[in-house]
Formats: sequence, structure tokens, C-alpha cells
Amino acid sequence: MINETLSVTVDRVEKVATDVVSLVLTRPDGAHFPAWQPGSHIDVHIDEGLTRQYSLCSSPSDLSHLRIAVLKVPDSRGGSIAVHERVSEGQRLIISTPRNNFPLTDSRKYLFLAGGIGITPIVPMLEWAESHGRDWRLFYGARDAGRMAFAEQLEQRYGTGRVTLVPEDSHGRVDLESVLGLPRAHMLVYACGPSGMLRAVEDLCMGWPPGVLKTERFVATELGPGSTDQPFEVELARTGTTVTVPADTTILEAVEAVGVRVLSSCRHGLCGTCETGVLAGMPEHRDAVLTDEDREAGQVMMICCSRAAAGCDRLTLDL
Amino acid sequence: MTAVDTTVREAPVLPVDPFSHESILDPYPMHAQLRSAGPVAWLEKYGCFAVNGFEEVYEVLTDFETYCSSGGLGPKDIRKQTSWRPPSILESDPPTHTVMRRALTGVINPSSVRALRGPFTGPAEDLADAVVARGAIDAVRDLAEVYPLRVFPDAVGIPEEGREHLLPYGNMVFNAFGPENDIHREAFAHGEERSAAIMRNCARQNLSDSGFGARIWERAHEGLITPEQATLLVRALLSAGVDTTVFGIGNTLKVLSERPDAWAALRKNPHLAKFAVDEALRVESPFQKFHRTATVDAVLGGVHIPEGAKLLLFLGAANRDPRRWADGDRFDLERTAAGHVAFGMGLHQCVGQPIARLEIELVLQALLKRVERLEPTGEPVPILHNVLRGFESIPVRLVPATD
Repeated sequence: MINETLSVTVDRVEKVATDVVSLVLTRPDGAHFPAWQPGSHIDVHIDEGLTRQYSLCSSPSDLSHLRIAVLKVPDSRGGSIAVHERVSEGQRLIISTPRNNFPLTDSRKYLFLAGGIGITPIVPMLEWAESHGRDWRLFYGARDAGRMAFAEQLEQRYGTGRVTLVPEDSHGRVDLESVLGLPRAHMLVYACGPSGMLRAVEDLCMGWPPGVLKTERFVATELGPGSTDQPFEVELARTGTTVTVPADTTILEAVEAVGVRVLSSCRHGLCGTCETGVLAGMPEHRDAVLTDEDREAGQVMMICCSRAAAGCDRLTLDL
Repeated sequence: MTAVDTTVREAPVLPVDPFSHESILDPYPMHAQLRSAGPVAWLEKYGCFAVNGFEEVYEVLTDFETYCSSGGLGPKDIRKQTSWRPPSILESDPPTHTVMRRALTGVINPSSVRALRGPFTGPAEDLADAVVARGAIDAVRDLAEVYPLRVFPDAVGIPEEGREHLLPYGNMVFNAFGPENDIHREAFAHGEERSAAIMRNCARQNLSDSGFGARIWERAHEGLITPEQATLLVRALLSAGVDTTVFGIGNTLKVLSERPDAWAALRKNPHLAKFAVDEALRVESPFQKFHRTATVDAVLGGVHIPEGAKLLLFLGAANRDPRRWADGDRFDLERTAAGHVAFGMGLHQCVGQPIARLEIELVLQALLKRVERLEPTGEPVPILHNVLRGFESIPVRLVPATD
């Protein structure tokens, strides 16, 4: 599947928290957007050569519009600053169709953990969990109440029994030790937020059943230039074949599609089962398994989620 | 609880004895008897439920709130009767289990296990050279029992002295997951001496500075776990990390010795070795059965389970359940065996799994390089063990490759 683009109109620009604007996007012809699932994101083509990914925080059951919320990150390459300063109502933008790297797997119970702007992919997940009668809780933290986009609406809609807001200036940080201290059966943990928070969550979830934690990192801000998903080639050293990995396909999916068997389990960079040797080329690691030393060394990668680094259009793998 | 069940029955009562010598030496006809009564049955002789269906075993393993571990993996409820040793991580529930599991996962993970590939490869290659030179060997005594003892104790960092107790101690620990029968009594001969020797090796001052043992103790020094818990976690590695891997290697070689087609296919595509190991563990699962305890009244496989009941899980039967695995008794290299419960599933899923897989795979790879054919030269002799499935002896001839 080619990375399909859509031309959209910025229908509404709204400040929803300190340094956070929400954009409501519609299609110029009034048509509906393609169906999408909670956890999905879109690429927004901001300027020539500048693309950023933003999670959708509207409702998947209302396809008349899409909504994203963008945090102004002062030290970024200017993607978010451009959105804040230059995008105005009525303007046209090019976006990709929704893609999902953070899908919500069906489970009996959920624990949602959001840090700051990390609330965005969680918002549609809450709606799904609620409408499907699942048992769930949300813990949502940020530096102060003014920085918590959608906080009041979520609390009003779902109640304080479900939604716990933790502004750091008045309540301290979310007490992850206590929130994650007692693993529950048939509960999945979805976490999105800054890397410090995710590392703490990953550490605590080591006491939970393997694979219960699903995380999304702020890929665009952490990886810097050229971090959008680009197609690249993978050379399989043992099989002697070369496979093209399209932008919306993982290496694992691409090699499986040509009949190469790879042992895999969680397929989200959490379990380490699909670890594969890298013989040439530079990977961009997106898993939660490898240590910093491993990443630096670049000799292995988790092919279920990691890709070729920017500027590297070919990886040679020990497959 | 299984939500789809609408009618709740009493469990069918079965006179089957899964711990008779006959059932142990060839468990598969016994599994068929259990299966014909349904996924959950009542074992009259032992006063516990026998769970053999894949879906039901999976449900018990993943619903650790309804089916707890603190009642012990054996037939006794150790919350009410004392156990022969202080409860291990296997016999604990959250939140006690949680910090111990965190400590262990922090030490044994893909990154730390990857570092073992180098040090573990040489001994596998050396051993393969030695056995291939001999030709006719016993795949258990000459290979499966030798290799893990050569590499694993060093990885944990225990002293040379006392290593002879590792296999007998593992034998005690696992046999205690079954009833106190003749097999159990024999395993426990010299029990106190062996327990004491193992416990000595778990103390920090007796562990090398670089092994998993020392790294577990670091977590105690950081305050994550208590010194008692550190001792128990090192003990868990020593008791769970040797026997099971010995049987994992033996069972894999036994299965492959019966399937020359698979051996030939693996010689052509050695990267499929991982899949062969996974499929062998599914079809001849080393850890066949253990107990859980119901914490509340529950319904499982349409059967009413009262609070406090013991459930005996048949992992080896679940891994061949025809409702989950087409032609489940057959080893099939093409099959995706992922999802089997040979290492358990969920909260208590084997932490040492990547180490076990690495050891089995390295032995297999070393043999595939050197051996054209693996030919049985006699009947494998199954071992009398309450809960593990393995062989005392697997006579084979290693026909050297000429290429």
C-alpha cells in the first residue's frame, strides 16, 4: 500500500492548553475520512520536506473530521512551531491517510497512562473501552493543570472514578510505583508520554505478565530530522534476496511476505523475540528492549518496529 | 472465568492416575482419556481438577487472580500446610511476586542473554566435536546432561564445589509438584544435604562478581528486594534452569532422531533451528504439569470450580490439544508453534526462556553443522518423573557430514 495523501482544510484552530493547539481537519469536498482505529496517527506535511506525525484525538465513530493536538516544542526543527505560528483556519494542508502503530488490542481491562501531550492517542482509546463496557482507568499527569489538554472534558465525561488527573505542581508526579505495583490479570497497560515516564513504566511493568505494556514514544520529536517512515531496502544475507520495505510496512511484515520465517511474538518491540543481526547499514531503533549500548553498537535490531535510519536506504540483515 | 459458558456442569469424575508409572512413561494415552471426558475433569484419586484443554490451561495461567500460585505448584495448599522449603517466586502472587519478577527480568532479558551467545557457543562446538568423533552416543548422558552443566552454572556464577547437587536438587523441586509417591520419596533421598548445598551457593559471598547471581544481589543492595528474596531468586535460577534445559535438549534430539526428513531440511536451512526447537518443545514439552489454586468460585470449561480447589494443569496435553493444533501429535517443522505453553504463559512465564532457547539452539546448530544423519540405535528410555517429561537415555548414532 502506497502512503496515500489527502488534501484537507483546517476547519478550526483552538488553543486547548498551554502551548497546545488543536486542529480540526475536514475534507474540502465534505467527504468522510477513511475509517481508522484508536491509536492511529497521520503525517502532516507542514512545509517542503518537513513532515510530522500526530496522533488522532477525535472520535473514530465520526469520520466527518479528524482532530490532532500539537504541542509547541521550542527545540524541535520547527515542525510544531510552524503549526502554532503559521497554520490558520481555512488553510489547506496535505496529510497522509491514518495509520496505526499503536493499536488497541482487545482486553478485559485497561490501564491508560498519559504524560502531557501523550494524552492524544489515548483519547479515542478511552471512548472505545467505555463504549465496549471494558473495565478501565486513566492516570493523566503533566507539569501543571494548564498544560493538560482535554483534561476537564475527560473528567466530566467519564468521572473521577475512571479518570485521575495529576498536575505535578499541586499533586506531584503520578505515583507509578503504586499505580503499577499490583499487576492485574487480563489487563493491558497503554502508556504514552515523555521518555522518562515510559522508562519508569517499562521498569515497573517487568513485574507484570510479558507483553502487557504497549507504549508510543514521541517518535518525531525524539528522533529528529527525517524521522518519517520512508521506504527502504533490506538485503537478506542468508537468503540472498532483497526486499523493499514500504513506508507503512514493518521489516518483519515485508520479509514474511516473501516467505522468510522469523520468530516473533509481541510484534511491538517489547519482547525481543524477533531480534535480528544487522550486517550493514544503520538501524533506527524503536523498540523498548535494547539498551543504549546495544543501540549505539547497531549490530542487532528488532525488525517488528525498528527501521533504517534517515539517510540509510539499505540494511543488510542476518536472515 | 470463561464468559461464554452458559451452563455450568459438575466436572466428570475420572479414575485416571496421571502419576502412575504407566501414565508417566507414556503420557499420551492418558491425555486422550482426559480429553475424552472434556477439557476439565475431576481426578478422584487426587481430589483435584485436571485441566487439559489448551484454552482452559491458557485461561488458568493468564487469570492469576482467580487461580493463584501462592497455594503452591504441588498438590498441597501451602497457604494452609507448610511446604518443604520457603516458597519461591513460582509460589508467590502479586505484590510479593511483582518485585521479585522485576528484579529477575532486570537481570535476565534479551540484552543480557545475547551476551551469553559468545561464551555459550564454544562449549557447544567442543562438545559436538567430541560426540561426533565417538559416533554412537547416548544423547542424554553424553550431550543433554553435559552441556547445560558446562555453561549455566558459570553464567549464574556459582562455585565449582557443589555443582553435583544441581541435577538432583532440580529433580527434588520438580518432583515435589506431584504427590508424595515413590518417585517423590526417591527424589528426596539426601534432600536436606542437597538443599543446604544449593542454599550455600545462593549466598552473595559464594557467587562470582559477574554472573546473574551477583546481579540479582545488586537489586537487593539497591533496595528493590530483600536479601532473603535475592537468595530465593538465585535458588530459583539454580532449581529451574538446569533439569528443564537438559530435558529440552534431550527431547528436541529425540524428536529429530525420529524425523530424518526434518533433520535434512534443517541441514539445508539451519536458520530454521529456532522453529524446530519451538515445535519440539510443543510436542514433547519438558514441563508437563503443575498445580494452581482457585481463590474464588469459578467456572472453567463449563465446569464449576469451588474456591480453594486445586487444579492440575496438563501443559503437555494443552500443547497437543486438537482444538488448538491441527494434527497436534505430529512434529511439523512448517508449523508455527508460537503460543504453546511449554514455558507457561503470563505472569509466571519462564524468565529463563531465552537462556533455555539459546542453549538448545546452540547444541542443535553445532550438531547440524557436523552431522549428516541422527539415527536412533535403540528405544529411548523415558524417565520416571512426576511432572517433567524427558528421557534417561536416547541412544543414537551421529553420522558425520562429509561436506
